Amino acid sequence: MNPELQGREFPPTEPYLVGREKVREFAAAVFSTSPLNFDYHAAVAAGYADVVAPPTFAVVVQERTLTQLLSLPEAGIDFSRVVHGDQRFSYTRPIVAGDELTARLTVSSVKSLGGHSMVTADSVITDSTGAHVVTAISTLVVRGDE
Amino acid sequence: MTVAVGDVIAEKTYEISRDSLVHYAGASGDFNPIHYRDDIAQSVGLDGVLAHGMLTMGIAVQPVVEWLGTRGTITDYQVRFTRPVPVGPAGNAAITVVAKVGVVDDEGLRIDLTVTFDGATVLGKAQVRVALAAA
Repeated sequence: MNPELQGREFPPTEPYLVGREKVREFAAAVFSTSPLNFDYHAAVAAGYADVVAPPTFAVVVQERTLTQLLSLPEAGIDFSRVVHGDQRFSYTRPIVAGDELTARLTVSSVKSLGGHSMVTADSVITDSTGAHVVTAISTLVVRGDE
Repeated sequence: MTVAVGDVIAEKTYEISRDSLVHYAGASGDFNPIHYRDDIAQSVGLDGVLAHGMLTMGIAVQPVVEWLGTRGTITDYQVRFTRPVPVGPAGNAAITVVAKVGVVDDEGLRIDLTVTFDGATVLGKAQVRVALAAA
């Protein structure tokens, strides 16, 4: 992998509009039972504008930034050798249906370890007002030749 | 809500099937075929299909979400993927989540998750930070 990637910033992704049915579909897929994820009235009663997305829903938006990184020819990342090492989400607030989210990726670290490479990418996700919603941090391990 | 360090707030087992992986692929947009095609998984040196790490991560936090309800919000959630979860074409992979209070401080709670499949942990340093709503 290209060590000069460290510090690289990517342009913001096109806005992603969070749909109510998408939130429900994702919530069902992660075995959620929370009324906040499914029931509009329960979410509104709890003070939200619409149904609340599960904590890991942010990956759907983050994925668009990781695609930018993985498809960059000069990054030299062979997708078939990529393994997900670590994942972290730091939230200012939960994502709710109706949010229009944009993500901006920065490569915070590139390391080599015993023939493998590790790249850490921070994706800062903001809403249509520019306010921070969540930062998604992934460490990807690219396996070396064996 | 009174909780102390060491309290187990939830314990739950989830049955993941191949259908669950297809459902998650569609819901998340992660269509990497190693999560639904054995032949492709085997072509990259795996024994067979594996669950998406992000599916395991997504499921593992659910006992905390259920326990929390509307009493607070999750402010941070992190995991390390230490061991894959194989999911065969028939039958289920059972994942067990134990959620225990690791820290109580001014910011709220840190809930530590122990996530096991087939007797071995599959996530490392799985930690959820929770901020409790003002009483």
